[in-house]
Amino acid sequence: MSETQAVSAEKPTFYLTEDHHPENSTMLGFWIYLMSDCLMFAVLFATYAVLGRNYAAGPSPADLFDLQLVAINTAMLLFSSITYGFAMLRMEKGDKGGTLGWLVLTLMFGLAFLGIELYEFHHLIHEGAGPQRSAFLSAFFTLVGTHGLHVTFGCIWLVTLMVQVMQHGLIEANRRRLMCLSMFWHFLDVVWIGVFSLVYLIGVLG
Amino acid sequence: MSSHPHAPAQESAHNTHHGHSHGHEAAHGTFKSYMTGFILSVILTAIPFWLVMGDVLDSKALTAGLIMVLGVVQIVVHMIYFLHMNTKSEGGWTMLALIFTIIIVVIALSGSLWVMHHLNTNMMPLNPEMMKNMP
Repeated sequence: MSETQAVSAEKPTFYLTEDHHPENSTMLGFWIYLMSDCLMFAVLFATYAVLGRNYAAGPSPADLFDLQLVAINTAMLLFSSITYGFAMLRMEKGDKGGTLGWLVLTLMFGLAFLGIELYEFHHLIHEGAGPQRSAFLSAFFTLVGTHGLHVTFGCIWLVTLMVQVMQHGLIEANRRRLMCLSMFWHFLDVVWIGVFSLVYLIGVLG
Repeated sequence: MSSHPHAPAQESAHNTHHGHSHGHEAAHGTFKSYMTGFILSVILTAIPFWLVMGDVLDSKALTAGLIMVLGVVQIVVHMIYFLHMNTKSEGGWTMLALIFTIIIVVIALSGSLWVMHHLNTNMMPLNPEMMKNMP
């Protein structure tokens, strides 16, 4: 190490003198994970776009979807996004209690979203419009279900981080984790924009 | 920008060869930026729901087009105000990854629709004889 530093003083080298930011490279790595997740959702969206009109003489989106429920669901996810944003602002101020408060609110909105989605799925399957009914419904349940699964794991992650913050406070590691979950959570909201626009609204439009 | 101490020789080498900022502050928003993003998102969500639920426009194609455009605008709003995307963070690598992803997404979506549309339209029409032999 001392040898390389002596060399770098005479002639600058570009590798060993570089100052690495661990928290920043984590953010970039997590961003690249999100982009790969984005590609997976793109494939599911493409599948839905191809199969979305194959009703197999079964129900169509206009018969099935309750837009008021979808609007409430969308509002839940949007509120959870802004409350998570406020949690991040409290975190920057070093306010542990405020951060936890906003995170609890975020979790409530996330769980409300999941509850409404599970109610909708249960209602559809009860009506005989389950994933095995038609290609449209298979694609629908796969796409929306995958998004719901992401929100479920986001909620589990959120609870884990709340326990971590309660036990260890807003230490550097917890700040980094909260920022990763922040990106994940806002990313899920971005995917939901695609879902409610392409699946629900354009589906009901016919 | 950096919180890590540098030796003076390293500092000068660092500055001459790395003029870009590491964008540490860019990863955070302010109350104002979050509220701006939130209000824009509410408006951009309410308009498409209103268009469909209120049967506002006669043309379905126009409504569908508007929904798509508003959706894309809302995604950009979320990217800027909630995910804090900019061209400078991580020396531009997040933006590069995003552009790459968008290109792949566009190819996957438009390619799938294009190919499958042609498969459907070029299917050989079934005649009654073939219908009888179908499983």
